[in-house]
Amino acid sequence: MGRTLFEKIWDEHIVASPEGEPTLLYIDLHLVHEVTSPQAFDGLRLNGRTVRRPDRTLATADHNVPTDPISTPVNDPVSRRQLEALEENCHEFGITVFPRGHENQGIVHIIGPELGVTQPGMTIVCGDSHTSTHGAFGSLAFGIGTSEVEHVLATQTLPQQQAKTMSVTVEGKAPAAVSAKDIVLAIVGTLGTGGGAGYVIEYRGEAITDLSMEGRMTVCNMSIEAGARAGLVAVDETTVDYLRGRPGVPQGEEFEALANHWRTYVSDDDAVFDAELVIDASKLVPSITWGTNPAQVVALSGMVPSPDEFDDPDQKNATERSLAYMGLTPGTPVRDIEVDVVFIGSCTNSRIEDLRAAAAVVEGQRVASSVRALIVPGSHRVKKQAESEGLDKIFLDAGFEWREPGCSMCLGMNPDQLKVGQRSASTTNRNFEGRQGRGGRTHLVSPAVAAATAIKGHFAAPSEVGP
Amino acid sequence: MKPVRVLEGRAVPLERSDVDTDQIIPSDWLKRVERTGFGRGLFSEWRDDPSFVLNDQSYVGASILIAGPRFGTGSSREHAVWALMDYGFVAVIAPSFGDIFRNNSSKQGLVIVQLPQVDVEGLIQLIKDDATRLVVIDVDQLRVEVPEAGWQRSFELDPMTRERLLHGWDDIGLTMRREAAITKYETTSHAPTLVGVFDSDGHAR
Ligand code: SF4
Repeated sequence: MGRTLFEKIWDEHIVASPEGEPTLLYIDLHLVHEVTSPQAFDGLRLNGRTVRRPDRTLATADHNVPTDPISTPVNDPVSRRQLEALEENCHEFGITVFPRGHENQGIVHIIGPELGVTQPGMTIVCGDSHTSTHGAFGSLAFGIGTSEVEHVLATQTLPQQQAKTMSVTVEGKAPAAVSAKDIVLAIVGTLGTGGGAGYVIEYRGEAITDLSMEGRMTVCNMSIEAGARAGLVAVDETTVDYLRGRPGVPQGEEFEALANHWRTYVSDDDAVFDAELVIDASKLVPSITWGTNPAQVVALSGMVPSPDEFDDPDQKNATERSLAYMGLTPGTPVRDIEVDVVFIGSCTNSRIEDLRAAAAVVEGQRVASSVRALIVPGSHRVKKQAESEGLDKIFLDAGFEWREPGCSMCLGMNPDQLKVGQRSASTTNRNFEGRQGRGGRTHLVSPAVAAATAIKGHFAAPSEVGP
Repeated sequence: MKPVRVLEGRAVPLERSDVDTDQIIPSDWLKRVERTGFGRGLFSEWRDDPSFVLNDQSYVGASILIAGPRFGTGSSREHAVWALMDYGFVAVIAPSFGDIFRNNSSKQGLVIVQLPQVDVEGLIQLIKDDATRLVVIDVDQLRVEVPEAGWQRSFELDPMTRERLLHGWDDIGLTMRREAAITKYETTSHAPTLVGVFDSDGHAR
């Protein structure tokens, strides 16, 4: 019987599989950031341990860097301490680090791929649940907790139970107005927040392979929102073309040889998945979350649902609580909901294509006067690229703020936060209560919808924007 | 970490489903670089509310948390476990848990007891009827009991987690028993490293 892509990568990374114990899995690349690492480094020091493979470890500041101009100091003393601790720890243990303002700095899941250090067939971990993003490259990438960060630093391995496999096939072509974000919102909405628990998902089908690498990353990024540990897309020419010429990969013949090897990272035709889900791409529509978990999804053209639509008492309750928190009335057309803040950023949607999609909508328009709109590019490289294309000017002319890279309002650790009761259209991945600031109300959308919403002041499709 | 065999304490019911890690410990708290003191941030968005269950005097000092389904979903932050333990919880009982949360818990000695929803509801009722009732969790026998009410259920733990709790084993130490295998793997693996990719200032070569 053939093997799935996940099983191939898994098998290749087994260091030991002692009876009655989890498999000891080798980790090829460990990405580190300031929030989940200080206690891990602390633990190493406490026990007199070192970092086993600094050459398989890469660190960047992202979660709580302010997005103000780099010349302004980090005012929050706690953030400053974390950022300093990251640099000190990396220097002490010999790890390459990109501090705030460094040309390679950015959100950890943006920089791995753009530097070409994320590669097919690898096992990749990071102390952040959206590590699943890297699975777009046909690598097994998943989030870990701080004590696992310490474990990987010390041993370059992780004891792991083998996950089950699930294929999610998005069959046929998606309509032109449907973005990668809409695809993954539909998947999360279908699976529910727990539907993927215990599984590694492989995304398949024409609507997935039609996506660019950036779109695939958006899809894999939100695997965790369906409860899955990781999401994967098989390697194809799109993958290889994306990586060619990046700093982390070799050049010339050496690259082509490597690429040939990468092309084996696909599921065999006769591989069997433990679970399968098929979604008809032609039925997908631009979508938005209305509630406080990412599975609470509705069409942009739809209405806020009512608790009465659910039979399960748990879901009915959850719906009531979400509606109350979100300050929404059942039956309200989504397009009538006004927003206070538009945030375009995060490891879900802050790559260059996302910024291009947003810029195409706002060019020549003005942000509604009631709206604060921010663009936070995913990395300095993305920012530089966008500026070389003049996108910054388009955004600034339209009334957007153009910020320095970081996680920013995705999780509200830095000063970019929603105030109590404020409502956002956000290109991020989590709409939990208080995620973007205490009492803030988050609606997850694609970059194009976020951009149109900024112009209109209420949720809107790009087609509604225009002279 | 300390070995855990039998836990005994009073319990507090948190009757909510989908308590995610952002709610267990809001992100403000993630900025700390220490490992201690997170208990003050536990459920901090709810603690201002006098009617929140942890503010109920009858549950003060409870060391076992009983919650609704899908407890601990969301982000990978281990701070959620630190917060629960720093506050004084030694175990969480719920119908289901977030994967990463469950995993993080087992590494630090927070005991995760998964029971069918009806049993969790039954247990919550017992505690609501009388908050002084003691709950006993036996990690060795994989049993949870309210002896005073004659209530008893068994639960499952994967064998490794059970052993680890019973012995108080540290993860890294366990793995390094296999260092020879790791070294051998490293000599045969061809996965690229970062050698030569960046200079000492982190600039791409
Ligand atoms: S952008 Fe948001 S989801 Fe992504 S790594 Fe940063 S905080 Fe996590």
